[in-house]
Amino acid sequence: MDPLKALRAIYPPSRLLTREAELVPYESDALTAYRARPLAVVLPETEEEVVRTVRLCRELGLPFVARGSGTSLSGGSLPVEGGVVIALNRMNRILRLDPVRRIAVVEPGVVNLEVSKAAFPYGLYYAPDPSSQPVSTIGGNLAFNSGGAHCLRYGMTANHVLGAKVVLATGEVVHLGGEGLEGVGPDLLGLFVGSEGLLGIALQVTLRLLPRPERYHTLLAAYETLEGAGEAVSRVIGAGLLPGAMEIMDRLAIEAAEAAVGAGYPQAEALLIVELEGEAPEVEAEARLLEEVIAQSGAYEVRVARTEEERQRIWKGRKAAFSAVGRLSPDYLVQDGVVPRSRLGEALREIQRLSQAYGLRVANVFHAGDGNLHPLVLYDGKKPGELERAEALAGEILRLCIRLGGSVTGEHGVGMEKRAYLAEMFSPQDLEAMERVRLEVDPGRLANRGKVFPGG
Amino acid sequence: MRPRSVEEVQEAVRQAGRLRVQAGGTKPALSAPREGEEVLDLSGLRGVLEYAPEEFVFTALAGTPVAEVEALLRAHGQHLPFHPPLAHEGATLGGTVAAGLSGPLRHRFGGVRDFILGVRFVDGEGRLVRAGGKVVKNAAGFGFHRLMVGSLGAFGVMVELSFKVFPYPRSTATLRLALGRLEEALERMERLLALDLMALDLEPPATLWVRLGGLPESLPLRVERLQALLGGGEVVEEDEAYWEEARRLAYGPLLVKIPAKLPEIPRLEALLAGPRRYIAGGEAVYAGLEPEERERLKALGVPHLVLKGEVPDPLFPPPQDPFFLKVKRALDPRGRFPLS
Repeated sequence: MDPLKALRAIYPPSRLLTREAELVPYESDALTAYRARPLAVVLPETEEEVVRTVRLCRELGLPFVARGSGTSLSGGSLPVEGGVVIALNRMNRILRLDPVRRIAVVEPGVVNLEVSKAAFPYGLYYAPDPSSQPVSTIGGNLAFNSGGAHCLRYGMTANHVLGAKVVLATGEVVHLGGEGLEGVGPDLLGLFVGSEGLLGIALQVTLRLLPRPERYHTLLAAYETLEGAGEAVSRVIGAGLLPGAMEIMDRLAIEAAEAAVGAGYPQAEALLIVELEGEAPEVEAEARLLEEVIAQSGAYEVRVARTEEERQRIWKGRKAAFSAVGRLSPDYLVQDGVVPRSRLGEALREIQRLSQAYGLRVANVFHAGDGNLHPLVLYDGKKPGELERAEALAGEILRLCIRLGGSVTGEHGVGMEKRAYLAEMFSPQDLEAMERVRLEVDPGRLANRGKVFPGG
Repeated sequence: MRPRSVEEVQEAVRQAGRLRVQAGGTKPALSAPREGEEVLDLSGLRGVLEYAPEEFVFTALAGTPVAEVEALLRAHGQHLPFHPPLAHEGATLGGTVAAGLSGPLRHRFGGVRDFILGVRFVDGEGRLVRAGGKVVKNAAGFGFHRLMVGSLGAFGVMVELSFKVFPYPRSTATLRLALGRLEEALERMERLLALDLMALDLEPPATLWVRLGGLPESLPLRVERLQALLGGGEVVEEDEAYWEEARRLAYGPLLVKIPAKLPEIPRLEALLAGPRRYIAGGEAVYAGLEPEERERLKALGVPHLVLKGEVPDPLFPPPQDPFFLKVKRALDPRGRFPLS
C-alpha cells in the first residue's frame, strides 16, 4: 500500500504535509546539528487520528516520531529519514482542571506554561519548569522527563505526572496511573515517563497541581570565582536549608544574558541565584538564615528582589541564558550532565581546562542545587572541523560526569546526541534489558527509531 | 534460600521455579509463599553501601531495615521524607518499594516513587540490571527504578537501591482538632491543602491531625495561623512519638491500603467500619478490614492492596493491560516472579 495514499484517508490535505517547503521546518529540532527529511508530517487534532496513524505505521512498517514544539536539545524529535512525523501541537486543549482534586488533564500538545496560567485563578501551579516552558509541550516534557530549576526540592516531570492515556507502538491504547498521588500495583507510568518516545505516544496526561507558595524570597549574589559560588551552595545546603532553586551562571553566560534581555546583573565571574519559597513566616525566618550563610560565603554583592517584578527580572536573565549565548557565537552545543553536588568545583575546573585545550569557549549555566551542569560549547559550524571539535569537547565533559559518579543527562534526555555515552554509563546488560522491553512493545523499532540506544 | 550476595541471588533465581521474596515479613499478605513457590529470604542482604549527607543520597542493599537507615540519617539531621510505614516492625527498603508504601509525612515532599533514584535488580533470567543513578537528578535510560515501585516483585529481585533524602526540620509541632462531623473535617482539610504541612491526616469519624515543620523561630506564628484557619486545635505534646505510632498501622484483621482523593472520602467512609487513617490530605487510607468488607471493595471495583492477612490475591485489580504484560514478558519471560 502507498503510505501517502493511506495517510490521505486519515487527514485532509491541510493537515498532511508532504511538500519540501512544508517539511523543512520539521527536519530538525533544537539540536540543529542534525537534520533528516521525513516522508510526511501529519497534524492530528484528535486522539483517534493519532491512534489510526500509529496503527497504519505499524501495518506498513513505517517509522514514526512524535513531536511537540521541537525544543529537544538532544535531538529527541529528529525525524526518521522517510518516516512520518506526528506533530501534536494542535492537540492543545486543557480537558479538565479540578482545583479540589488539584489535577489538570491535558492533551499532549499543551504548552507547559499554559497549565500554570490556567491553574493560576485557583492558587495552583504546575511545578516542573524547564527553561523552554513558554514553548515546550507536556507531551515532550513527559517523554523526556524534563526538569527545570526546582528539581532538588520538587523532583522532575515523573514526580508530577499522575496518569496518562497512551497509544503504545503496537497501536494498543492503555491507561497508566490514575488521578492520585498514591496508587497500588506497578508504577508503569513511571517507566513510560522518560522513555523518549520509544514505547508510545501520550494522548492525554493527568498532571498534579501544587498550591502556589505564599511567599518567595529571591536572592542574587556575585562572586569573584565560579568555585566561590559553588562553595556557597554547599554552605546553604549545610545550613539545613532546602531552597526551591539554586542557579549559577558564569561570566560568559552573564554577559550573554545582559546583552539579550538586560536583566541588570552585576559584573561578576559568577552569579548565584537562590530562591526560598513557602509560608510567609517560614520564608522570613529562612531568609535571615540564608543572609548569614551568604554573608560568610565571600559574596561581594548581594541583591534581594523586593517585588515580584524584580524577582521576574532576576529569573528572566537566567531563563534566557541559552538562547542569549546565540549572540556570542553562531553555533553552540548544550550539555546537561550531572555530577554529585560536592564535585561541582572539580567539574568546573576540568571544563575550564578542556575549554583551553580544545580552543573553544564554554559558557556555564547550571542548576547548582542538583549538580546539573549546562556547559554551552561555542563553535562556528562554518569553520571546517569546529563542530567535530565541539562534539569531542562535549563528549569529554560527559565522560567526566560519568567518572565523577553522575549522569550523562539530567533533563534533556539521551536522544540522538548521547547514544554513545549511554553505553559508558550503563553496562551492555543494563541496556539489553531496556532494549528487550522496547522490542516487546515495538518489535519493528518504529517508534522514534535511532534514538537512545547506541545501535539505534 | 537466604542469599548473602548479589551473585547468590542470581544463582537462586536461575535455579528456581517460582519465587517469592521476603525479608522483614511485615507485609505477610505479599510475602507469604503460595502453592509451588520457593521463598527467597533477602534479610541477609543488608547494609548501607554509600551515604554522602551533603549529596542528599544514599545507596543500600535491598534487605536493609528502614529503621537502620533512618538511625543513620538521623545522626546527620536527615530523614526519608516519604516516611516508610512499618519501619519499627522491621520493614526493609526493598519491601517498602515493592509494596509501594509511604507514610503520613509523605504529604510534604512526596512518596516512595518521588525519592527512589536508582536500582540494581536481578531479572527473571538471573541477569543483573541497573537503572537510574546515584544523583538527585538524572534522565538517562529507562526508569526501571520507578517501575519497581508497587511492583510486588513482578519484574525482578531488587538487590540494591538508591534514594534521595532531605534535612529533617529543626523543629516540629502537631495540632489535633476533633470535629463533630465528617463534612466539617473535609471542609477544613480542603482549606489546609494550600499550606506547607508535613502531614495532614484524618482519623475517622472527624479528627484532624496536622503537623508543621520548620525553623524554631517561625513555628509559634505558624501554629497560630493554623489554629486560626482551623478554628481551634490543641497542640499535641508528644509530637514525634505520635507520628511514629501513626505509621505502625496496627490495624486488622486485614490491613489494606486504598488509594483515595479528598472528594472520595465520604463514599469510602460508607464502606469502612474498622480502625483506619487517611493520610496526606486524603490521598490514601490505611484500613483494618474484615474479609467480607474486602470482598465488598472488590465487588464495587475499588482498587486496593492487602498488606496483612491471608488472601490469595492481595492486589486488586490485578494488572492485565497489554503494557504490563509486555514489560513482564521482557523481564520475567518464564513467569518466575509474582503477578504471573
